[in-house]
Amino acid sequence: MMAIALQMMFGDRGKFFGMVIGITFAALIMTQQPSIFLGLITRTYAAIQDVTLPDIWVMDPGVQYIEESKPMRDTDLIRVRGVTGVAWAVPHFKSIINARLPDGSTKAVNLTGLDDATLVGGPPRMLEGSLADLRRADGVIFDRDAAEERLRWRGQDGRERPLAVGDEIEINDRRAVVVGIGEASRDFVLVPKAFTTYSRAVTYAPPQRRQLTYILVEARPGVDPPELARRIQADTGLRALTGADFEAETLRYWLENTGIPINFGISVTLGFLVGTAVAGQSFFNFVRENLSHYAVLKAMGLGSGTLVRMVLVQAFVVGAIGYGIGVGIAAVFGTLVTDSVLSFYMPLQLLAFSGVGVLLIVTLSALLGVRQVLQLDPVVVFRS
Amino acid sequence: MTASAAVAPGGAPKADGERNARDGAAEGAIAVRCRDLAKSFASAAGTVRALRGIDLDVPRGSITMLVGPSGCGKTTLISIVAGILAADSGHCIILGTEVSTLSTGRQLAFRAKNIGFIFQQFHLLPTLTVGENVAVPRVINGETRTAAGIAAAAVLARVGLAHRVDDAPGVLSGGEQQRVAIARALVHAPALVVCDEPTSALDHDTGQHILELLRQMVRERGTTVLIVTHDNRIFPFADRILRMDDGRITGIEVAVAERPAP
Repeated sequence: MMAIALQMMFGDRGKFFGMVIGITFAALIMTQQPSIFLGLITRTYAAIQDVTLPDIWVMDPGVQYIEESKPMRDTDLIRVRGVTGVAWAVPHFKSIINARLPDGSTKAVNLTGLDDATLVGGPPRMLEGSLADLRRADGVIFDRDAAEERLRWRGQDGRERPLAVGDEIEINDRRAVVVGIGEASRDFVLVPKAFTTYSRAVTYAPPQRRQLTYILVEARPGVDPPELARRIQADTGLRALTGADFEAETLRYWLENTGIPINFGISVTLGFLVGTAVAGQSFFNFVRENLSHYAVLKAMGLGSGTLVRMVLVQAFVVGAIGYGIGVGIAAVFGTLVTDSVLSFYMPLQLLAFSGVGVLLIVTLSALLGVRQVLQLDPVVVFRS
Repeated sequence: MTASAAVAPGGAPKADGERNARDGAAEGAIAVRCRDLAKSFASAAGTVRALRGIDLDVPRGSITMLVGPSGCGKTTLISIVAGILAADSGHCIILGTEVSTLSTGRQLAFRAKNIGFIFQQFHLLPTLTVGENVAVPRVINGETRTAAGIAAAAVLARVGLAHRVDDAPGVLSGGEQQRVAIARALVHAPALVVCDEPTSALDHDTGQHILELLRQMVRERGTTVLIVTHDNRIFPFADRILRMDDGRITGIEVAVAERPAP
């Protein structure tokens, strides 16, 4: 009888496509919008993830997220190195500074200063040149997106060109030479990323008493990083967080201080409601228009339990089809926007989330149908 | 009024002893035996008494027609006989079983196995093929679709629609659809077929052909047929005609002389 139930549903193409479209739409919105949201929020801590080597980030106690610059004293580096369990600790500079391009135009750049000796914290992948080229005079490495898109400049021939290795620019009125192009993860603030040595970075930065933005710390083998972070905090009064904790802290800041979760939450809720309305109404109408057929089957001796199972099979099969198509479209969208400025992150947990949403829609729709079938009096078959 | 009809005009109640004695004597030859059936419905105008103590015997293998004005209780009566409506009082023994005393599951199984249905509006499932429609009763009885399909094809051949087995019901004429409905009603070889106005949606000639076909097939199988109809053109096909009015059986005709030659 379940095959007959499916034939009843597939045969009524108008209703069937109505239900599939409703659920597809809901599944798409409930998958694609949160994927964009997750993609966006993962960008908030992308700069932390790019710095893979150290276990712990040490910062001013007032820092709430990675882009917040509250410099510490240079001597704090010495104090951190003195904490028991620290294998090494290096300075790390971050600040947004103005740069003048070869054509004279100015752009803000997010400058990262890497420890001169180790160059820890550079772009994860180099496309042109090498990290060691930063040791060349006035050497600066730019992120590919920055070089190719946001820092394009107009040459004397009037044509626009990307920033390339060998180009000379000024950062805060000081000469800088592009010595390499790297690839860093896209971040949330979308300010062009540049990398240089720590000692050079502080010379580019506006003069101020304190310059040390972060201290990157590696724990000795066998030392628990969270425990070491607590020890650094207790011994120095600075804030020390493991990479994962700093990511969470940065994420929490953006979630709490922007309307992003609310906006995406509204989109997801609307997708759910519209999907429920469209799919629910289509399924309700489908069952209602087939009531006489269900009544015939009931009169012929088919039990209410079997009829309910038929309705449930119809609902859940159409739900599975709509969900598959919706998630498929979302995945195609994700593939198309890979390596673009659009953010997209669709983990398995999100598929489970949208799956539960679709399940809820289908269950609500099925309940409407089941209610009609249970109330059905087979005597109606004798009423013309 | 004949002994085999065993109908009390007006449906007057009888003493239990008298009724039981008569019931026992006629049991083997009777497909449907109802006693003191009463059924009321609530309506905006008040309570409507659809059946007022009906007594009914339908001999096995007969074609019995229930006729009467609209609202006289015909449909209520066949609904109770078919087991899809419960009487307020009285009882029915269908094919030797008092169905109302069975559990719901057994009632369904009894109905699926023993009763075939033919409806005025055919009620074929539009998204199934003709063959699949005919196979449905056997599938309900637990047969595989393949086996049920083979049986359905055989019955469709008997009603002259072997070439339509893979067609959708929607492309068939009214007469063809009712022939499909007959095939569906008989495919699982039920002992009793109930029909609701089987010819009212058909023209005269088609109606005659349908009844001829139905009579021929039930004769071969010894099936009992109970037909509700307004169509006096098909009365000649009846073995017996029960007239109803105001919830009572008011008369019986045994139409042997008028029956067309087989």
